[in-house]
Amino acid sequence: MLIAQAVLEGILVGGFYALMAAGLTLVFGVMDIVNFAIGALIVLGAYLSYAINIHLHLDPFVSLFITTPLMTVLGVAIYWFLIKPIKTDRVVMSLLTMFAVATLIEGVLDLTFNSGFVQIHASYINNSMKIGGLNFPLVYVLSFLLSAFLLGLLYLVTYRTKFGRSLRASMQNPVAARLVGINTDKVSAITLGIGIGLAAIGGMIFGTTNAFNASSSYDLISRLLVIVILGGFGSVGGALVSAIFMLVIEDVVAVVWTPVWGSTVFYTILIVVLLVRPQGLFGKKGVRAQ
Amino acid sequence: MSTQLAISTPAAPPSYEVPKFVRFSSLAIVIVAMVAFPIVFSNPTVTTIGVFAIIFLVAVTGWNIFSGYSGYIALGHAVFFGIGQYATAMLASYWNITPGWQTFLLIPVSMVLAGLAAIPIGFLLLRVRKHTFIVLTIALMFIFQLFAYNFRSWTGGSQGLEMTPPSWSGDIFNMPFYYVGLGLSAIALVTSWIVRRSKFGLGLLAIRDDEDRARSLGIKTTQTKLIAFVISATFLGAAGALYAPFVGSVYPQFSFDPAFDLSLAVMAFTGGLGTLLGPSLGALIIASAQQYFLLTFGGANVFLIVYGILFILILRLLPGGVVPALSMQWRSYIVRRERRRLEAEPASAQETVAKP
Repeated sequence: MLIAQAVLEGILVGGFYALMAAGLTLVFGVMDIVNFAIGALIVLGAYLSYAINIHLHLDPFVSLFITTPLMTVLGVAIYWFLIKPIKTDRVVMSLLTMFAVATLIEGVLDLTFNSGFVQIHASYINNSMKIGGLNFPLVYVLSFLLSAFLLGLLYLVTYRTKFGRSLRASMQNPVAARLVGINTDKVSAITLGIGIGLAAIGGMIFGTTNAFNASSSYDLISRLLVIVILGGFGSVGGALVSAIFMLVIEDVVAVVWTPVWGSTVFYTILIVVLLVRPQGLFGKKGVRAQ
Repeated sequence: MSTQLAISTPAAPPSYEVPKFVRFSSLAIVIVAMVAFPIVFSNPTVTTIGVFAIIFLVAVTGWNIFSGYSGYIALGHAVFFGIGQYATAMLASYWNITPGWQTFLLIPVSMVLAGLAAIPIGFLLLRVRKHTFIVLTIALMFIFQLFAYNFRSWTGGSQGLEMTPPSWSGDIFNMPFYYVGLGLSAIALVTSWIVRRSKFGLGLLAIRDDEDRARSLGIKTTQTKLIAFVISATFLGAAGALYAPFVGSVYPQFSFDPAFDLSLAVMAFTGGLGTLLGPSLGALIIASAQQYFLLTFGGANVFLIVYGILFILILRLLPGGVVPALSMQWRSYIVRRERRRLEAEPASAQETVAKP
């Protein structure tokens, strides 16, 4: 029963990681940018929802209607002013630029909110329901449903709209996409906007389920990068599968063995998989094995 | 066309190299300045900043031997920095070393240990390239941090390990650390210089430019990368072995610190990635600024903001770093000077050019 509960929690929490990893991998696929700032941006989203909750007394789920547009605009601005001017060595330079953004955000958050741990509060936060002996914490269920809904929306946008077609074209071959008249700059800006807008939602979920402070971002970014690499950079499906897989494994290890080694197993799996498949589970063979 | 070229270029093409006497005299000035620094500014607060800057100088020079020359940006070299620290702290208590000059004898031991650890780690990491490599190095750093937390009986877990500082008096306490560090950075820089000028180093640079082509030209790429990785790890181990007794304690979150890795990258990019002296210059500027801000503002947050803005500006304005920017200036100065000299020359040369 304990193991079943661990698997359930792994899946529920995995939904959040899947959503964040999907944003990360889309951004990478379209413009070769490793969005290293995603951890800091999630924490920024969490603090925004927290501040709105404290000062305006809005429900965290309602606060998303304010924070998501704000952070989407932030994402477009980051693309326009920081990423677009990069001319050479995009992968490394953009990673370092995003790191600089992350540092800046962390410093500002630490200065504004101090370094004490906080958690977003709502009246229903500790409620849970019991179905067939399993415990379903309400926040986890709600956040899982929200993540699943957004992933579905992301799928529809990517595969059923004109913008989605331009996005996929830019992922496949940016030069050819430009040749057939796609404004890849616009596509990239919107994609980064979407990726960072998702971080606002992810931040709210993270902030209601965890206590956090400004430096929580390191743990988030390292896990998300592991998930994205394991799934194969640029593969949204791979990100989903590996997010759920990793979180389930971690929770099961924590139950049957000890929580202390849970996250070590998380990283060890990555290394073992990469020894066999350097491109990740679902990655294209772009990165050649030696 | 060919005659025109032959005439418009002077017999000896202009040398872009800085004249020898300028190079040697500036080298001498820098050495004297570095040696004299703690004697002139003997205030312990200032020398503390100096020691941190020197430790980072050793670390970033080591880092540059691998990442700068091969183009593989490693963001997990804190692994070896941490191994150096833990090795020093553990061995000092295991061998009952009295704190003092003897502690520095652990530096070569830590270097060897870090180098040995780098062999399997490098073998694992160098199977992948580009962003996957970067992310894998970060993941590996977190694995080691977790090891340090979890193997309690050896590492003390989250309580960390204490090192009794040497009993030197306060006003000269920093001096031995500073001069040992200076010696280490000299070794690191000479190693970096030798690597840069050797055939092995050319192999590394070829890998940076185009790995597949380098491989097809017969460079044993995996072997070359692995050797550079091990060399660079030993210097990180040395930096750690100097850092631990200076700070006096070792903690998992500070020994295996993601911010440390990124600082190395920032320093190298500021000074000029893959140049011999650029990373050292970056280390001196940024590590000093870092310590100064920490001392002035207490908390780390103002520093993080300044750091972030500074880094964005550097990436935007000087994408190659300070040293390459300066060398571009020097080259364009040489070109301008040559052009002026040609214009001033007797008209005979120009007449020949003018003839159809």
